[in-house]
Amino acid sequence: MEKGNRLLIHMVLICLSIPAILPLIWMISTSFKAETQIYTNTGMQSFQISSLWPSPMHPQNYSEALQTVPFGIYLRNTLILCLLTVLGAVGSSSVVAYGFARIDFKGKEMWFALMVATMALPGQVTMIPVFTIFRNLGWYGTPLPLIVPAFTGSAFFIFLLTQFFRTLPAEMAEAARVDGSSEWRIFTQLVLPLSKPALATCALFQFLGTWNDFFGPLLYLNDPNSYTLAYGLQQFLSLHGGKWAQLMAASTIFTIPIIVLFFFAQKTFIQGIATTGGKS
Amino acid sequence: MKPGRKNNLTGYLFIAPWLIGFFVFTFVPFLQSIYLSFTRYNIITPPKWVGFANYQMLLTQDELFWKSALVTVKFAVIHVPLAVVVGVCLALLLNREVKGIAAYRTIFFLPSIVPTVATSVVFLWILNPTTGLINNLLRNFGIQGPAWLNDPFWAFWALVIMSLWGVGGSMVIYLAGLKDIPIHLYEAAIIDGASPAKRLRHVTLPMLSPVIFFNLVMGVIGAFQYFTQAFVMTPNGGPQDSTLFYSLYLFNRAWKYYDMGYASAMAWILFLIVVTLTAIVFRSQKKWVHYG
Repeated sequence: MEKGNRLLIHMVLICLSIPAILPLIWMISTSFKAETQIYTNTGMQSFQISSLWPSPMHPQNYSEALQTVPFGIYLRNTLILCLLTVLGAVGSSSVVAYGFARIDFKGKEMWFALMVATMALPGQVTMIPVFTIFRNLGWYGTPLPLIVPAFTGSAFFIFLLTQFFRTLPAEMAEAARVDGSSEWRIFTQLVLPLSKPALATCALFQFLGTWNDFFGPLLYLNDPNSYTLAYGLQQFLSLHGGKWAQLMAASTIFTIPIIVLFFFAQKTFIQGIATTGGKS
Repeated sequence: MKPGRKNNLTGYLFIAPWLIGFFVFTFVPFLQSIYLSFTRYNIITPPKWVGFANYQMLLTQDELFWKSALVTVKFAVIHVPLAVVVGVCLALLLNREVKGIAAYRTIFFLPSIVPTVATSVVFLWILNPTTGLINNLLRNFGIQGPAWLNDPFWAFWALVIMSLWGVGGSMVIYLAGLKDIPIHLYEAAIIDGASPAKRLRHVTLPMLSPVIFFNLVMGVIGAFQYFTQAFVMTPNGGPQDSTLFYSLYLFNRAWKYYDMGYASAMAWILFLIVVTLTAIVFRSQKKWVHYG
């Protein structure tokens, strides 16, 4: 590539980067601003680069936000839910996927096709009857409706893991079978250790899914002590709408862990998304 | 190995967690919701059979139903193709080997992992008519920006703009698709004297078409279930119901008015729309999707 061409590409990329990254910078910058800076010349100000820098620094927005709303408790609740749903969904999905990938049984193709079809079913269709089930069980208002379904596996993960298990060489499992190993033993001792990347992808997606989930908590949680970050943030918005600095502080608290996670698990993120989208 | 009795038992034991979940949380509720759609039901008292009354009411008398369907279709028709074009263009740009390309990729990808509720709250602030970032920027060019979410015309477009911000997720998928195109196809095209534009038209896009197809299907299905952003930013459906998305209206019917039978009928109509659209997109793929 010629030099001029390269320069052009850089210019285009930089121009496009601005709208991509500016909202995040704006969020963090607002979260450190005092109300006086946010509302200078109320109304008709135009944008200046210098206005991105908070002056004076007002980190109290964070402590004030934490005082208005117990985000510490929400964070703990969210992490507990993430942990349990990751364990449940990845554990169960891998067991089920092994069944689909490596064991011959009657009706397998039909069940597998049905499972894939459920992925296209809009949640709204089953929402009301499922709600009734949990209500009759007395689970409304508890986090159980957000946890228990994860232990029945996720169709999406089962599909991914089935495809992955099929790519593993079958010879070792055959040898183990001849030696009299049970399927469970082959699954836990041969297949699972070889499947760490695929399991990590599923764990990451489930973690993100639970961290971001708004609809589940909206339907089932009614006690502020069991709120999650996603739901707590929305509640904060609807109760204290105009407090932008605090709202941005809360949004930052909610977003930063995901961005940090991304930088630690960049490969898993990108490969996971690429494999789910590309080759299905 | 032949399927014998022992294998059947082991197989079903392995898939048991999913089977149980399928019957309890999917299959039985699926059947129940058909039934509920023919009833009046408020969750407290038992459902009462009303025949086709819900469907009749929806299709012939409920203006909000049509309004919400229209908003949703408009969003799907505008957002889905736009997201494909922007996503593919970004991926083409980011597929170059220039210095710092990894940093650019990260910048474009980051917005897509910001939690939806956080994105919605941040955009509420960015779209604020007096102190928000977008109108501040517009003032630099002497433009008085619209009232965005308070304006019956612009509220819808505010959500379109916001959803484009998250296009980085599909960009990664296109990028992976681009990397999978065998280099010899380009070499052959160059030997044949094909211009860069022709290589894009006759090599890149056909090879990328399965991935575009996948994103198209997911985009259409996603548009019809678009809820969280609309609910967080305009819980009542926006000015003159301009952002009353189908799923938002359905939710309000169910959980604001406890009109569960009616909401079930809406869910079934949604289901039929999604199935039909998916079938259409799948059928159209023969014309333009190239599996290499």
